Amino acid sequence: MVGGVTGRGDDGEQRAGTLADVSRVVVDVVLKPEISDPQGQAVLGALGRLGHDSITGVRQGKHFVLEVDGTPDEAELKQIAQTLLANPVIEDVELHLTTD
Amino acid sequence: MRIGVITFPGSLDDVDAARAVRLAGGEPVALWHADHDLKDVDAVVLPGGFSYGDYLRAGAIAARSPLMRDVVTAARHGLPVLGICNGFQVLCEAGLLPGALTRNSHLHFRNRDQVLRVERADTAWTADYGTGQRIVIPVKNGEGRYVAADDDLDRLEGENRVVFRYVDGNPNGSSRDIAGVASENGRVVGLMPHPEHAVEDLTGPSTDGLGFFTSVLKAAVNA
Repeated sequence: MVGGVTGRGDDGEQRAGTLADVSRVVVDVVLKPEISDPQGQAVLGALGRLGHDSITGVRQGKHFVLEVDGTPDEAELKQIAQTLLANPVIEDVELHLTTD
Repeated sequence: MRIGVITFPGSLDDVDAARAVRLAGGEPVALWHADHDLKDVDAVVLPGGFSYGDYLRAGAIAARSPLMRDVVTAARHGLPVLGICNGFQVLCEAGLLPGALTRNSHLHFRNRDQVLRVERADTAWTADYGTGQRIVIPVKNGEGRYVAADDDLDRLEGENRVVFRYVDGNPNGSSRDIAGVASENGRVVGLMPHPEHAVEDLTGPSTDGLGFFTSVLKAAVNA
């Protein structure tokens, strides 16, 4: 599933000009909560050995930055995220539209 | 009988797969991932290796190659397809087989001779085995842990689509010891271990892998 999309109004209504100002789209991909993450667990183990006992969990994911020419098409971005950047069998994905 | 073997950038075991086809009595046909040409083959093998360096996810980019689009269409019409190791990962990524292959639970690359139990001897690639037969073929992977949602695993087992299970130790933490699965019609099979490395006494732990390639010759004839 595609998680929250930032860059829109709280009511889900597109703010005037928001998407047109976007040039960069960030896509974060993480393993679904029910899929075990041995890499995250190995990082957690290393943190414990370094004395960082306050850290109780680590989930490792992927971070993509897409440069977009023109106004991003949100439906197209969701499709890209779901069909290539993430494998929906094992991963959740979150889109962040940025305006810098 | 013409059996295609696809080479992707980063495939490693395409030559061994072609050799196994030849030893079984078939004619291996080299296929290139970037072509839109299946060359009228009667079946297809997706070999092991590290296509595209396992970038993004193992098999993910190869699954979107031009030739794979043709393989998906042909498989839906009954073309027998076998995915070995990276080939299995490609088939899952292409949506021809359910589930996904993830990092081994112990994080180590595991390379050893592996005992498998044949759970289904009526697929296009396993007809020359007996149900319940144990075979020994090499396994070698770093991302071979088969996973799917519990409901999907229940459905797979209910539909009798688990073709192989690991016996005497699960090398990668796969759910329910699953080593290989089949499509609904039993024509598409994927597994992590390598039958193409067990076709000659000189180089393999057994010749137990040969049955995959002799089975499909009959399946292709009967199709």
